[in-house]
Amino acid sequence: MTRKRQGYDDIVVTAPVTIPYARFSIRGAHWWIGRALGTLVKDSGIAKDAIDGFCVSSFTLAPDTAIGLSEHLGLTTRWLDFVPLGGNCGVVGLRRAARAVQSGDANVVACVAGDTNHVDSFRQGTANFSRFARDAAYPIGAGGPNASFAYLTDYYMRVYGAEPADFGKMCVAQRENALKTPHALFKKPLTLEEYLASRMISDPIRLFDCVMPCAGAEGFLVMRREVAEEHGLKYSRVLATIERHNAFKGDPVQFRGGWVLDRDELYGQAGVTPADIDFVQTYDDYPVINMLQFEDLGFCAKGEAPAFVRANTLTYNGSFPFNTSGGQLSVGQAGAAGGMLGLVETIRQLTGQTLGGKVPNARLGLVCGFGMINYDRGLSTGAAILAAA
Amino acid sequence: MTAPLKKPKRKNPILRTRLPVPPPSARSRVALGMLWGAAQGRLELQVCRDCATVQYPPREVCRRCLSDRLDWKPQSGEGELVAETLIRHSLELYFRERAPWRAGLVRLPGDVTVVAHVHADVPRPAARVRVRAHLDRAGQAVLVALPEKDTPNMADDRIMREMTCDPKFRKVLVTDGKTAVGQALVKALVAAGAEPVWVGNAEPWKNFPGFEEITKIPQVSLLSLDVTDQRSVREIAGEIAGRVDIVINNCEVHRTYGISQRYGTDAARAEMDVNYFGLLRLAQEFGPALRARGADGTNSAVAWVNLLSIYALSNYPPHGTFSASKAAAHSLAQCLRAEMRPTGVRVVNVYPGPIDDEWNQLLLPPKIAPAALANAIVGALKSGVEDVYPGDIAQDWLARWRDNPKALEVEAANP
Amino acid sequence: MSATLMQLASELAGGRIRVVDLTQTLSPDFPTITLPPEMGQAWPFRIEEISRYDDRGPASYWNNVSFSEHTGTHFDAPIHWISGRDLPNNAVDTIPPEHFVGPAAVIDCSAESKADPDFLLSVDFVKKWEAKHSKIAPRAWVLMRTDWSKHIDPVAYQNFDETGQHTPGPDPEVVQFLVKERDVIGFGTETIGTDAGQAFHLNPPYPCHYYMHGAGRYGLQCLTNLDQLPAQGAVIFAAPLKIKRGSGSPLRVLALVPAGAK
Repeated sequence: MTRKRQGYDDIVVTAPVTIPYARFSIRGAHWWIGRALGTLVKDSGIAKDAIDGFCVSSFTLAPDTAIGLSEHLGLTTRWLDFVPLGGNCGVVGLRRAARAVQSGDANVVACVAGDTNHVDSFRQGTANFSRFARDAAYPIGAGGPNASFAYLTDYYMRVYGAEPADFGKMCVAQRENALKTPHALFKKPLTLEEYLASRMISDPIRLFDCVMPCAGAEGFLVMRREVAEEHGLKYSRVLATIERHNAFKGDPVQFRGGWVLDRDELYGQAGVTPADIDFVQTYDDYPVINMLQFEDLGFCAKGEAPAFVRANTLTYNGSFPFNTSGGQLSVGQAGAAGGMLGLVETIRQLTGQTLGGKVPNARLGLVCGFGMINYDRGLSTGAAILAAA
Repeated sequence: MTAPLKKPKRKNPILRTRLPVPPPSARSRVALGMLWGAAQGRLELQVCRDCATVQYPPREVCRRCLSDRLDWKPQSGEGELVAETLIRHSLELYFRERAPWRAGLVRLPGDVTVVAHVHADVPRPAARVRVRAHLDRAGQAVLVALPEKDTPNMADDRIMREMTCDPKFRKVLVTDGKTAVGQALVKALVAAGAEPVWVGNAEPWKNFPGFEEITKIPQVSLLSLDVTDQRSVREIAGEIAGRVDIVINNCEVHRTYGISQRYGTDAARAEMDVNYFGLLRLAQEFGPALRARGADGTNSAVAWVNLLSIYALSNYPPHGTFSASKAAAHSLAQCLRAEMRPTGVRVVNVYPGPIDDEWNQLLLPPKIAPAALANAIVGALKSGVEDVYPGDIAQDWLARWRDNPKALEVEAANP
Repeated sequence: MSATLMQLASELAGGRIRVVDLTQTLSPDFPTITLPPEMGQAWPFRIEEISRYDDRGPASYWNNVSFSEHTGTHFDAPIHWISGRDLPNNAVDTIPPEHFVGPAAVIDCSAESKADPDFLLSVDFVKKWEAKHSKIAPRAWVLMRTDWSKHIDPVAYQNFDETGQHTPGPDPEVVQFLVKERDVIGFGTETIGTDAGQAFHLNPPYPCHYYMHGAGRYGLQCLTNLDQLPAQGAVIFAAPLKIKRGSGSPLRVLALVPAGAK
């Protein structure tokens, strides 16, 4: 009989930080992460020396990992982690940090994800992304994630009848959200007509289905509630989290993620249902994955996401607010920071510190993580339910 | 349906020639396990000896039971295309230049999903396909999904032209057009659509039976090419190397001596001078031009074929010095392959057993007929393989050599 | 001081004595004798650069060459044939050097050779020639002029068909006659051998080699420019390389002729 998982007691997240993105940067990832840490210190008023836990995610830090960064940033910690899970690094970083604080192994943990972007960064990173990709996927067309997600999109469209306009509706809504986000890289509105007319990148993936890789950083602090109150910080409570890796390995093509296996536990641990959730931050590289998350986190049945999308308004003030700052699709994907973008936006919404559009009466937020196409499917999934104070 | 390839127009001489760039070529060592079969035209995947699970991508231990006893085994390749895309924007120059490029996910027997190039004649998913392992222009093994049954002009598909060295519409040099094998090669190449076929005619005063007929073929152009003469090779290369798409080096001297049957080194030297140094001279003079034209359009420079011998792998003592010269050529051909690799020109090494000619007169059958050998070579160019072991003896020796080379050493000495 | 030698030097300098080069250029294109494939083969001339003012040697141009002793215009010593193998001083390094200079009798068979590539020089033909041009002197070279060197195309020069080579040469009787009755120093031809192309089928096979070398005499082949020599009166220099126990060598054959003699 499986032991019941421990809850999160008084663990809270505070100090949502974004270092504004840049399309290209001559700086190293150390700069972006360092600036995020510096901003966490400044915004929270907690001294750097009082931060005794550090969790880092980055694709462009090599040859350094968290330990090299510690010396680079002059940080002494008693808990250190490096989470190389891409789009799932926010949720997983939160899970690691929360247990560290809960057990007393650390008092205040800084979670930061940041990447630089040089002119050839993306190609270099993609060509050497993983052994399986390098051996068995990249040599076939070198399409990178565009091709990988095109396969999933092609399959999903064929089997479940999703139409381009369904994906377009999500992209258009996210763009509307992004117009209010100061650091979003996309500044112009997007209509469905423009979306449909945009050129194919890797059929059926269109131009506006693709994120813009860029440089940037996201970060937050994890601590006990009493520490947050001690420093006068607005906070959001962690109700429940899940993670799963390499689920459904027998599926010929990915059409569902590991969330399916753990969602009952997620909602159970939080003591809520999908209907109670006020907004969702999904991992949106690419739009088809949004649909998988709507289905696999229980908002509609498998294969019903197209109908769900058609039936809802998806802007921050719509019937189903999602990716309320614009998501990676309209804000930009700053490497691993894309895996924290949703979590940081969740904290902003729940603490009333939004930079852009505010979800009305936001009390409960769901944030999902998805990432690491090691070969032909995203291996790492996770989710967290956070509540306003 | 694939449109038949049209004969390309003459090259515009004022335009810069597109230089070859390879597709992504990095592979782990275990992934190179697919290359042995692919180089000979076979699809092989790892199968766990303990639980029979098929593995893909290639890996170090079984994905089911973690056993490390994984063996590469031939696969049928009969599968289903389950998803596809048309890559219009690639991260690599090679695919950028050849966009759009069709690729897809195929489900194969053994519950593996493979990423494969997809032939234009394969219907939209879900569609039955045959998956083959081909060598791409980096010389690496890649999977290609073909239509369930052959379609008209299937070889003319863009992806197939990139994977193969089809002689159709290509210009070919046969370094020795006089021997029975050479003559058979010329005929087979002309039948496969090669034009022109330059034919080497060293020692023109020696007239071999059947050669007269070859000289009359309209696509044939005679050259006084003597691979033992540096100046001859240099001059001929100076004239034609910039136009040659396929070099077939079939010059050979074959004598039937070991060490003790013939005093002196003259016969062995004659063998080395043609079989080994001939290759070296040709490669030095023709290599640079071929390498520069590895991506030069429909009829790019695409292959260098070496007629070696199965005795290159393991010495056949009655023809000991001949075997040694072929072993030297085999090693040099590997060097040539390494030098050609970055440019997409495929070095095709052919290892026949005894050919049915005058030097193998005393050997009992099976022997490979010159026409059969020529067909095997043209077939290898069409299918894009790079290691060819044609005929029963070659296959037999190869199996014995792979199984236990020391046993073959003994068996070769006591036929 | 020798007045003759001084006069020779002065006539050479003054152009009253001409030097005619009877030598073919050594090049990879020049044909070499072809034996049945089971036999050992004579190497054709091959040349490969050592350097050419390049990174292999910035200041120099030079080559390595390879050839057999019987490649190009070459000299045959008695040791070359089985019939001469035991004779004294029979190798190129032991032949007395005074044998390398001597008068030449040039017998014109060009018309006959043109009509019949298998033409064989006979005693009768020689005697008719002597009637016009006087007797062949002792220790003279007999050069068989066939104009065969004018066949620039190697195929025509070798002149093979399914029954072998067809080039002119001496018959067995005339060789014996020249050795026994005329005491010649050697026999020279423009073709690839001193013997006719079909000489394998004569009795004995290769009679020029057999009888000349058997009598300690010499051979010259692949000569050219014999048409520039007078029938009598030329003096030729034919000194092979001094190869230890060598059977022959390529060499420069020079003829001194009076200017205006042809």
